[in-house]
Amino acid sequence: MQPIVSIADLSKTYATGHTALQGVSLDIAKGEILALLGPNGAGKTTLISIICGIVNASTGSVTVDGHDIRSGYRHTRSAIGLVPQELTLGAFDTVWNTVAFSRGLFGMPKDPAYLEKLLKQLSLWDKKDNMLMHLSGGMKRRVLIAKALSHEPRVLFLDEPTAGVDVELRKDMWQIVEQLRADGVTIILTTHYIEEAEAIADRVGVINGGRLLLVEDKDKLMAKMGEKQLTIELRESTEAVPESLANYSLQLSEDGTQLTYSYDVRGERTGITSLLQDLSSAGLGVKDIVTRQSSLEEIFVNLVEESA
Amino acid sequence: MNLHAVKVIYYNEMLRTWNTLLQSIASPVISTALYFVVFGAAIGSRIESVEGVPYGSFIVPGMMMLSLLTQSISNASFGIYFPKFTGTIYEVLSAPISFIEILLGYVGAAATKSFIIGVIILITAAFFVDLRIEHPFWMMGFFLLTCVTFALFGFIIGVWADNFEKLQLVPMLIVTPLVFLGGSFYSISMLPPLWQKITLFNPVLYLVSGFRWSFFGVADVPVGWSLAMIAFFLALCLGVVGWMFKTGYKLRQ
Repeated sequence: MQPIVSIADLSKTYATGHTALQGVSLDIAKGEILALLGPNGAGKTTLISIICGIVNASTGSVTVDGHDIRSGYRHTRSAIGLVPQELTLGAFDTVWNTVAFSRGLFGMPKDPAYLEKLLKQLSLWDKKDNMLMHLSGGMKRRVLIAKALSHEPRVLFLDEPTAGVDVELRKDMWQIVEQLRADGVTIILTTHYIEEAEAIADRVGVINGGRLLLVEDKDKLMAKMGEKQLTIELRESTEAVPESLANYSLQLSEDGTQLTYSYDVRGERTGITSLLQDLSSAGLGVKDIVTRQSSLEEIFVNLVEESA
Repeated sequence: MNLHAVKVIYYNEMLRTWNTLLQSIASPVISTALYFVVFGAAIGSRIESVEGVPYGSFIVPGMMMLSLLTQSISNASFGIYFPKFTGTIYEVLSAPISFIEILLGYVGAAATKSFIIGVIILITAAFFVDLRIEHPFWMMGFFLLTCVTFALFGFIIGVWADNFEKLQLVPMLIVTPLVFLGGSFYSISMLPPLWQKITLFNPVLYLVSGFRWSFFGVADVPVGWSLAMIAFFLALCLGVVGWMFKTGYKLRQ
């Protein structure tokens, strides 16, 4: 299937000399939800800004819905909605006016019925005549979402949608995303919360230092994330892993005093109980046990080291 | 052509004017009335007519020019600077609109507002002095060209400025002095010869002179020069705006 967003070898170096993106290539399928994970300053916002037309790329190209974002900007930008990271809203406009403004700006004729539906869906209907400056942060976030959806986009970018958002809005947001997915909208969101990616994404891309380090199905990545390691320190060193323990795929340290066992915490059985029983049957005395989980940061570090 | 976008930008900018009606409309009317009281009645009564035109009437075109220039610049510069300042410019930049459409919306609204203010000043003036417009077609031409040209100029300042001080800098330090020294309230024939020569370097003189000619048929410089000057400035502004949009200057990194 032809991707709805296709990014090819995209790089951006700002006038300050700061390189925010280096050779990013990525295809996003129609209707999928992609989460871009990365620490602050990884290049997530720059990537989104280029696709949306706010920042010019230094090299590389992007197509959206089969059109180049430069030569076919009218087509691509009409297809895209963007919810920015910052709460950037005017002060003196009303909710209704600012959402109607966005719809017109994106070239759509007036449609009060659609806007009413949208505002109701976002619990903004009773606030429609309020001035923007009188809204709480959470409400402003909802208005930004309403503005982004005002022209019925087919691709939605959510830049850190739940940063500094309360639990209720976060849940609402995830529900809205589900609804949009059902309507066939492609969603790209950036986040530095792994839980968020886990909750709603189909695929996860990890970005750091301006490079896209990997893109993987969420389930595969989560499996990696869910992997834990049990390190067993032995009373006495052993030359080799005993035959009876072959099923556990244990790794023996060089000095023969440590065994490492990998397991999935989300599995029904971790196998730890039987491993410990089998260890004592094999006559190996256990001195100490340590478990550790690979964190997102560790995955980052590993990926960064691999890519360097 | 994304006419919906042009319409909403234009409408939104006009709405801002409507919301600040007192400041937008009342203040030019009040300042015009004050100018008439001070220059027209108090001082003007002691000044003889200038080139056959009573002093009170003589200053009307200059006074209109003063308002048109400052209002066009401040409206247009604020209109584009404010979204830059609040960050809401992201939406305009990510919208499927060309720079021409952005210009039509922002500059069109600013020029419209100055035009309305100009008309109000003209009506206010008619209450105080006798007005005659000898060349209504030319008068309208200068009127519209000035609104559009200086709204464009204001747009450039708004894009260029990255703080409120810069936003005020050009109107306060350059435009206002040039207008006052450009023969708004006098004919340059009233100046010593040296200053007459120096004033010829002031571009605003040509605007005021041409505009005054369209009212009373008297001018400091030939009307063709006036027309050439404003056409030149319009072309210059269009050139700069075109360059800004092409390079993304201060708008799109």
